[in-house]
This record gives sequence, C-alpha cells and structure tokens, in this order.
Amino acid sequence: MTVKTLTINGQLVSAREDETILQAARSAGIVIPTLCYLEGLSAHGGCRICLVEVNGTNRLQPACFLKVSEGMVIQTDTPRLREYRRMIVELLFAEGNHVCSICVANGRCELQDAAVAVGLDHQRLDYLYPKREVDLSHDRFGIDHNRCILCTRCVRACDELEGAHTWDVAGRGTDARLVADMNQPWGEAKTCTSCGKCFMACPTGAIFAKGATVAELDHERGRLEFLINAREKKQWRV
Amino acid sequence: MARLRLATVWLGGCSGCHMSFLDLDEWLIDLARFAEVVYTPFMDAKDYPEEVDAVLVEGAVANEEHFYFVQQVRQRSKILISFGDCAVTGNVTAMRNVLASALPVLQRSYLELADTAPQIPCEEGIVPRLLEQALPVHKVVPVDYFMLGCPPPADRIRRTLEALLDGKIPDLHGSDMKFG
Repeated sequence: MTVKTLTINGQLVSAREDETILQAARSAGIVIPTLCYLEGLSAHGGCRICLVEVNGTNRLQPACFLKVSEGMVIQTDTPRLREYRRMIVELLFAEGNHVCSICVANGRCELQDAAVAVGLDHQRLDYLYPKREVDLSHDRFGIDHNRCILCTRCVRACDELEGAHTWDVAGRGTDARLVADMNQPWGEAKTCTSCGKCFMACPTGAIFAKGATVAELDHERGRLEFLINAREKKQWRV
Repeated sequence: MARLRLATVWLGGCSGCHMSFLDLDEWLIDLARFAEVVYTPFMDAKDYPEEVDAVLVEGAVANEEHFYFVQQVRQRSKILISFGDCAVTGNVTAMRNVLASALPVLQRSYLELADTAPQIPCEEGIVPRLLEQALPVHKVVPVDYFMLGCPPPADRIRRTLEALLDGKIPDLHGSDMKFG
C-alpha cells in the first residue's frame, strides 16, 4: 500500500492510497465537519457539509468520498465553504421541526454542534413546518421524524452492521422519510432485531431510547465504535 | 455619564428568559449603576418610551398585539436583541405552525379541551387575534443581535449586557451560540 503526499490547508499530509481526504485530514488533526458520515459505515455523501475545494477544479468535492492522490491541494476552510456550510445547516433546520429546548438530545446532538460550528445565530430562510409523525410503536425505541435530517446513518448501520436492513428511505425531496420495512409502524417491522444500532448511529434526537427525558439522551456511540472495531479490526477492547 | 437606557419586552414567550435575567442576582445592582431600565414587564410602565438604547425582546410574535407592539419597539429602540430561542427561531411557541393556521389551535384549546362553557375568546379590541403562524422576531422587524438559549443562561445575558454597556454590539462565540 503506497503512501501519498498531499497538501491540506497549506499543510503537508501523508496518507495511504486507499484513504479519503476526510480520513487523511482527521489523522493530521484537521477538522472537516460531517453529519452523514460515521466511521465504520460506508460513506453516503448526502449532507454535503464535508465539501472541500480542490485545486485545479471549480467543483467542490465531498471529503468523505474523495480518495487521496499524490500532489493534491485541498482547502477545507475558505469563506465560500463556510457560507455553504452555514446554508446547509440552515436548510436542515428549516426542513424539519427542530425544537432544541424540548428535545431529548439537547446538548448531545450533532446537528446542534454543526450549528455552533458554522456560527448559526438565526435562520434566514422560511421554516417549512412540515407535518411529520412520531412513531412509538416499538417497545424499546421511538422515532420522531420531526428531528430526522435523513443522514441515513441508521439505514446504513442497520444494513451493514446488523444485516437486517429494517430502515430505508421512501419518497423524494421534502417528502422523503424514513420507513421501517414495508412502510410499517416500527413495532410491526418483522426484520427489526431491537439491537439499537440505529439508535446508536442517529446524530440527532430522531431515534431515541424510551425512558429519557429532555436533554437526557445518550446515544452510547462508544458501543457502536466497539462493534465496528470488533468486526473490522478483530479487536475487542473492553 | 448618562446611564444606558435599557428595556425588556416579552411577546409570545413563557417569561423564562426574564427569569434567567433575574438570575443575574447581585450583578443587577451593578447593572443599575450603568443602565436605567426604562421599560420592563417587571415594572408598571404603561407605554414603551422613546429613545431606548437597547431592548431585549423575549418571545415569538404570536398574536396581533405582538405584531404591532414589536414594530413600535423597533422604531423607538437603537439596538434590538432577540432574547431567547422563541424570539430567535419561534421555538415552542411556533410548534403550532404545523397545523397551518390558528383555528385548529383555538378549537383544540378552548372547545375540545374545555371543561365548562367552551368558547373561543373573542372581544374586539381586548383579546388580540392569534396570528396564523407564530413568527421569530426577525421575520417582522430587523434585529441587531441574537441571544440564543432556552433560556439563555444568566452569564450569557451578562456578557451580552456588558458588551452593550461598553457601547459595542455583542459578539459571543462557541457554546454561547447553542440553541436549547
């Protein structure tokens, strides 16, 4: 496996040839914001918040997908990227019904963290106020579609780590939504094994474990990391 | 030196932001040396005065009275700060907006859930009409600064006020910019 050398933000970085810009940046301590990316799951490239500027082309590229190549020159923090990241977070907040103050994930939410990171102090767009459901049919978990940002981490966790593929996305555009099995209440989805990996993967308070109140939710992401480590590296750190 | 003419106002809010303001505790005594509170729901001022230097506006614009009052507040104030998540985003006050209009909310609250004498309150000139949608303040008037939080913690309010007392627009960062 050969090593590639590239430049990120003026800093020389070396990476394995099969790594992505995101992985190379993280190893070098350079922060590129992400939402739909979760280490251990396949990349999705849906949120577009990891877009970076690549010298030699006007097209922005998602760092979670872009493979490193020798001599690549990348910028991750330009005024244009900062404006686009803010727009992405504004669009996400406008698309759903995100009320942080009463959410179980308040204080432990990656969407909130993204808003802080982009310096979002108010919404310039008009809120959509869509009518979205809350599904409490499962005995251990619930899903509040108002908080879902369609990152599909739950879809990929359930498919790739658990192998059940209970979750998928139905509909298009603003009508797109998470569905369990054949668009059934989650409690009736026969493929669901109640493993909770979707809950561990969810960045917001959309998928939650029953029994936690406002700001109490703990996604226990450490457990997901443990499982991923065990499967990929055959390491069982306890 | 003239004290800063400070005001606070609440619209469609729960007054939690004002309670957090009171959590400034003994610093309020220091504040009184540098700021004169010319209007606040805590005191018995009837009319919003002219030439207010800075005003903290709590709550979303939820009814017609708020809609007209906030415009008067904007006109008479140099710096207007959206105070708390309801003013900045709509927050809980705006959760009714998914029902697309005011009537279902009124029907549910005053007719379906009434124990006795179900009736939607209606008194022209006295009971302000509910707006079809509850709006963040900046959708109605230009806002100079946004103080996030539900409520904004007292130390965040203090840092904001200290900037105002220094004659600057506040400029908070990082975790001070967190909703909720």
